[in-house]
Amino acid sequence: MTAAFDRHLLVAEDISVHIPSGGGTVRAVDRVSLSLERGKTLALVGESGSGKSMLCRAILGIPPGRAATRGRIIFGERDLAQLPEKELNAIRGREIGVVLQNPMSSLNPVLKVGWQIAEPMLRHLGISLLKARERAVELLGAVGIPRPAERVDCYPHQLSGGMRQRVAIAIALACDPQLLIADEPTTALDVTVQAEILNLLGRLQMERRMAMILVSHDLGVVAGRAHETAVMYAGRIVEQAPTVILFDQMRMRYTRALFDSIPRLDAPSGQPLASIGGQLPDLAAELQGCRFAPRCRRAEDRCFAEEPPLVADGLEDHRFACWFPCEPGISVTPPGPLLPKRIMS
Amino acid sequence: MRFLWGKLVHLSLVVVAVTALTFLMLDHVPADIASEVAGQGATSEDIAAVRERLGLNDPLPVRYGRWIAAAVRGDLGNSFASGQPVVEAIRSHLPVTVELIVLAQLFALLLAIPAGVVTAWRAGSPLDRTLGTVAFGFASLPAFALAIGLILVFALRLKWLPATGYTPLTGGIAANLKGFLLPALSIALVEWVPLMRVLRGDMISTLKEDFILLARCKGLPTRQILIGHALRPSCFTLVTVFGMQAASLIGGAVLIELIFSLPGIGRLLVTGIFAQDYPVVQGCVLLIAMAYVGMNFLVDVCYGLLDPRVLKGGR
Repeated sequence: MTAAFDRHLLVAEDISVHIPSGGGTVRAVDRVSLSLERGKTLALVGESGSGKSMLCRAILGIPPGRAATRGRIIFGERDLAQLPEKELNAIRGREIGVVLQNPMSSLNPVLKVGWQIAEPMLRHLGISLLKARERAVELLGAVGIPRPAERVDCYPHQLSGGMRQRVAIAIALACDPQLLIADEPTTALDVTVQAEILNLLGRLQMERRMAMILVSHDLGVVAGRAHETAVMYAGRIVEQAPTVILFDQMRMRYTRALFDSIPRLDAPSGQPLASIGGQLPDLAAELQGCRFAPRCRRAEDRCFAEEPPLVADGLEDHRFACWFPCEPGISVTPPGPLLPKRIMS
Repeated sequence: MRFLWGKLVHLSLVVVAVTALTFLMLDHVPADIASEVAGQGATSEDIAAVRERLGLNDPLPVRYGRWIAAAVRGDLGNSFASGQPVVEAIRSHLPVTVELIVLAQLFALLLAIPAGVVTAWRAGSPLDRTLGTVAFGFASLPAFALAIGLILVFALRLKWLPATGYTPLTGGIAANLKGFLLPALSIALVEWVPLMRVLRGDMISTLKEDFILLARCKGLPTRQILIGHALRPSCFTLVTVFGMQAASLIGGAVLIELIFSLPGIGRLLVTGIFAQDYPVVQGCVLLIAMAYVGMNFLVDVCYGLLDPRVLKGGR
């Protein structure tokens, strides 16, 4: 057990996030377990509302509003779920860095970027203002911002979206965290900038030996960038495997549908874009059976009655929750154009 | 800077419009100033002479032009009643009103900012509801009623502070401040409520912003998030309301000035109106218009200080 904890930076067990609302309790995250080794990347993939971001906020101890988090979140040797706010605050920003989705709104518009980068260092590392400023300039350089010594005195509105996301990354890295949570870090950015930011994140992660949770709604973003991928649907993990294996054989039908809905440049022209019909179930209702069943073309009576467990079938570290999985061996190639191959090579 | 120059031009137009309108309205008041000035028992020749001396026979545009031409040179004419130059009268009354406004608004901010921040942070909590109710109570009271209450308690019962009277600064700062404490408080206890309300509202929406979430992700303590990250972007409406309040108090603190016998602008204006002392009234109106305009200008400057994006938009 200790060996496992040495290797694992983060072990989350049975996490639920329940949000009280007018129409009953919304189970945004429902009994999710995951683990992350030091220096590795775990991708969380799923459509909007599947609970990816909520899971991240649960790990950080910042559930929205009056939401309640349950479960154990072992980070290093501590259970974050048991820590008082003050001790959590000493971990957030120092040992866990966060990059949010939209750099247009995640930076404070009235504070200079240099100050926003310096803040966590001043808070956690107890260094002088001058030293923090120096390090802020270094960090701006490290995230690929040209002329960092000038940009350090800029306000966010003076920078482009891509530049702002680089600043956000610099903030997350300021205290050299062991874990970086990147919540849809490229979703709000121009396609041309997306690959740059993802590559930057990958490079920094390797240089600094950080573990990373990369949240995305796009399987294409994840391929070649994450060691492990977990697919979430309606608050549950429905398939999880090393990314290479997952792309080699997708078993859960939702994963497959998600994959098929990525537009591809090599598709014949005129072919309609694939989509998944229907919508996410109401998470405030009592849910029975497989949550994807109402949208699944392969669903049978059993799918509506019994929830399939998340278990392995053959390959030990490839787990999926499906009564009627896709045949193993149907290999899919990740969509090409968006993907500079990095980890793969 | 062009943003500010544009404002200046715009605002000086407002001053001209307001004073012209006042001139026009005073001209239509059904009372004969000349006979008032000439005094009881004056013959119609006397009155005619007075009218000629005051220049009342000239057409309105001429009179306004003469007045504003003199005003630009800093001459607002002489009081009909006392013969004192209006500029002098304003100069002697203005410091009292300014000190009253500064202290009142300072107290109001000291109450409103902590209350607004805390109630926004704990919106919907018992503390929020209690403070909201208390604030509502104060807002429903007129300032003069509060003033009388404060006098009863602090001056008559506890004898901590003088009930009325004004000591100029030359009589010592302590004595001067003592005289201003109760009147300033009577105003502040009413004025802090809208300030707190708008701050609370803006702050609640600011606290939902992504950058607040990111500040929490940085591990910053709540106090630093509220003061360092959320307060400044939440101050726009607060500054606007604050500016309007401060400007309206230049001539609007009449009751408080009367109750506490403070020789301020409000009192000068009201006395002038009852005495049909038009140069005084006109001078006070000019001052009030300029105060509004000036406060507006300062508020705009504050926007630029609060949010660097404002200045950029003006260029």
